Amino acid sequence: MSDKILFEIKNLSKSFDKLDVLNNISTEIREGEVVVIVGPSGSGKSTFLRSLNLLETPTSGTIEFEGTPITDKKVNIDEYRQKIGMVFQHFNLFPHMTILKNMTIGPVKLLKMDEEDAKKEAMALLERIGLEDKANAYPSQLSGGQKQRVAIVRALCMHPEVMLFDEPTSALDPEMVGEVLEVMRELAKDGMTMVIVTHEMGFAKEVATRVLFVDEGQIKEENTPDLFFGKPQNERLKEFLSKVL
Amino acid sequence: MTFKEKLIQNFIEEERYKLIFKGLENTLIITLFAVLLGILLGFLVATIRSTYSKTGKLFILDRICWIYITVIRGTPMIVQLLIMYYVIFASYNSKIVVAILAFGINSGAYVSEIVRSGIMAVDAGQFEAGRSLGFSYAQTMIYIILPQAFKNILPALANEFIVLLKETSVAGYIGLTDLTHAGDIIRSRTYEALIPLLAVAVIYLIMVAGLSYLVGLWERRLRASER
Repeated sequence: MSDKILFEIKNLSKSFDKLDVLNNISTEIREGEVVVIVGPSGSGKSTFLRSLNLLETPTSGTIEFEGTPITDKKVNIDEYRQKIGMVFQHFNLFPHMTILKNMTIGPVKLLKMDEEDAKKEAMALLERIGLEDKANAYPSQLSGGQKQRVAIVRALCMHPEVMLFDEPTSALDPEMVGEVLEVMRELAKDGMTMVIVTHEMGFAKEVATRVLFVDEGQIKEENTPDLFFGKPQNERLKEFLSKVL
Repeated sequence: MTFKEKLIQNFIEEERYKLIFKGLENTLIITLFAVLLGILLGFLVATIRSTYSKTGKLFILDRICWIYITVIRGTPMIVQLLIMYYVIFASYNSKIVVAILAFGINSGAYVSEIVRSGIMAVDAGQFEAGRSLGFSYAQTMIYIILPQAFKNILPALANEFIVLLKETSVAGYIGLTDLTHAGDIIRSRTYEALIPLLAVAVIYLIMVAGLSYLVGLWERRLRASER
């Protein structure tokens, strides 16, 4: 982990109509960190993650990415989203494109990469996850676990500086969870900065450098995995852990 | 008069078959260009309207599009055609161009509602996936949303164009010799209604059946990715 701050989040709040989903959240995410966010459903953890690339527009507060205030309306967010990879619960592969095309359309159209180079790179990534034989298949021909692995490498094709994961294993059959976590584990080992919303506590313990407990739109506790799971302080967190562990 | 003699009288005498061919040609020209204009207008209007409902931008354009759709869908095609010919383009001579514009503008309103429903039916996650990769709103529309919307609406779109093909049969109201008008001219000359009108009906039927068949093939090709 380095001292370079990727995300600096200050007083972030978000409300939908009268419902306060995020309530004055401040934290920072440094290069090389693997931050896992846990919390009960409806706590605001997904909204927080989705705010980081502005899929949700904060009601107030600021988010800086490498020193640029991306919540500023004058900033072209598309440019920054290219550096922030995102993986969704429901994969969201493009069903009308082959796997290879899913992976190359971003680099070719946005990074102006040569089509052949983009294909080579995509093939290399597909080989790493053992799906090179699916390059010309369409998403509907893949299993859930395969789709999610492709969604991860599709994001990687854009050479992001950080990867956001929004409950990446929640929509999977139990037997497919492992293969997706394995890809994420590899990614963490390579030093990728990651922010992960998940219910996989075992994975959090093993891979996280820091765990956040979000409840009622606030960070109620944050700590290293050892202390977070071993000596939780917050009452609500103790209750939460007793139910999920 | 035997049936054969009637056929000769209605189609061969005075080279009346040429009238049918001329009418068919005009019908096809009007339909083809009106379809193109309808698609262009329809996609434009649908994109503006769904951009407004997704992002709240383009309010003024959205209102203009709404007025366009309301007026076109709320008035009869024949009235629109007559207004175009006798009022808006009163000093313009080309009937076929006026007909193309009238039918194209009419079709655009219906196409736009079809396309809009197609855009709205694409899963919101597709939009987010596109934006999260760094595509702009417009790029996400073009590369990700519209191709999927198009596939979903192809049957409804084909239906609209079949309706349009047959609707051009009112072009005779501005004195344009389309297929229907051609048949009617023959009827008025030979005092024989059944044969020319039946011939016209059969030609429409063949065109519609052919079009349906081609769209079916195309649809199957587009669905290849969903196996």
